[in-house]
Amino acid sequence: MSEPTALGLSARTGVVMVAFTVVFTAMMAFTHEATREQIAASATEEKMKLVSEVLPAGRYDNALLDDYVSLGPTRELGLDEGGRIYRARKAGQPAALLIEATAPDGYSGRIELIIAVAADGAVSGVRAVSHRETPGLGDYIDPRKDKDKRSPWITQFADLKAADIPDCKVKKDGGRISYHTGATISARAVTNAVARAARFAADHQDRLFAARPGDTF
Amino acid sequence: MDLKTCREIAWNGIWKQNTGIVQILGLCPILAISTNVVNAVSLGLATILVMALSNLTIAALRNFIPYEIRIPVFILIIAALVTVVDLSFNAWLHELYLVLGIFIPLIVTNCIVLARVEAFAAKNEPIGSTIDGIAMGIGLTLVLAVLGAIREVVGSGTLFSGIEMIFPSAQGIVLFGDDYPGFLVAVLPPGAFIALGFLIAGRNWLEARKQARARLQPPPPATPADTAANDAAEPA
Repeated sequence: MSEPTALGLSARTGVVMVAFTVVFTAMMAFTHEATREQIAASATEEKMKLVSEVLPAGRYDNALLDDYVSLGPTRELGLDEGGRIYRARKAGQPAALLIEATAPDGYSGRIELIIAVAADGAVSGVRAVSHRETPGLGDYIDPRKDKDKRSPWITQFADLKAADIPDCKVKKDGGRISYHTGATISARAVTNAVARAARFAADHQDRLFAARPGDTF
Repeated sequence: MDLKTCREIAWNGIWKQNTGIVQILGLCPILAISTNVVNAVSLGLATILVMALSNLTIAALRNFIPYEIRIPVFILIIAALVTVVDLSFNAWLHELYLVLGIFIPLIVTNCIVLARVEAFAAKNEPIGSTIDGIAMGIGLTLVLAVLGAIREVVGSGTLFSGIEMIFPSAQGIVLFGDDYPGFLVAVLPPGAFIALGFLIAGRNWLEARKQARARLQPPPPATPADTAANDAAEPA
């Protein structure tokens, strides 16, 4: 074969590249299509599992994940790009708000939280949905990583009454929430985010429960 | 493809050209994930799978890939395979996905996959390439496991913490009691560099000792197969 011209070489390799791109993109598209429903179902299931950890199933009887209001960027909840608040109701009466909130001031960036605030203003539970706190040091905010399996750190928020919200600070800041020595920042970020979310829920509860499902708050 | 060649490829991946401590490739995920044994081995297993698949696919397609654009084609194929593995695990092996899931997308960033495809799979036939991918992955997994163990024991005073996510009945071991204050530098990236440095030094020391011994003894007849067999017989 003679030496290929620059144009001929470009055209040939271009065609091959396009062919490979089409074949492998089709493969990805096919897999995506084939797995989409299954993945969505697992995601819902996981979300429900998280929900059941912060709010016992007996406390509400509505289709919780379908009954939500959307939020735009909300500084009180640390949401830069908006989020959702799910509304738990029992026999049609407001039971609790499940708030997606972010603690922007974690040790290594943002900590995404789900916080359940009951209709009487008490915090019923908090879980970290995602975080990048230092493994083995600040990651005790995630009960799966907490060495204390019997009463993980984050369960302190489960018995926080409405009257305790002003004390929802780490002990170092004069509050009632304990923390692990040497890893205050992670605990403080979560604690302050919970306090802010509880206040936000108390301030806006009536409007939040009254909004139509799917509405933007 | 005979057994000796297979053995040679495998030994090459696990010890002679070990990705972690000889080629020193793909350090980013290695250092980020090796904070404990369970995470480290999980990343290793995911890497074995992706390397076997990418080496197999590219070795099978190697005659259709023009030399000039091989790198973009390799990257395309690796990225597509990782996406397919990620989605399939998520949908059909969800339990496993919960453990390995966060590591699978990280593998795309690991240059060792591209390195093996370029250095081996692009020039060899599929079976050997698959063995090479698996052996390289095992070599990496071993380094990750040792590194994870060192960092976990020194840094947090535990071993196998988080294993209940894989085996619900198992339990991590707390070595130094609950009030072990921890050793932060071992948990953070500098600790990973230091521990990896010791591993590399250890391997170099073993190799140097072996060579010193070989100089003292009369040299064995040097056919490639014999060399491989000697390597395999030497205690690691």
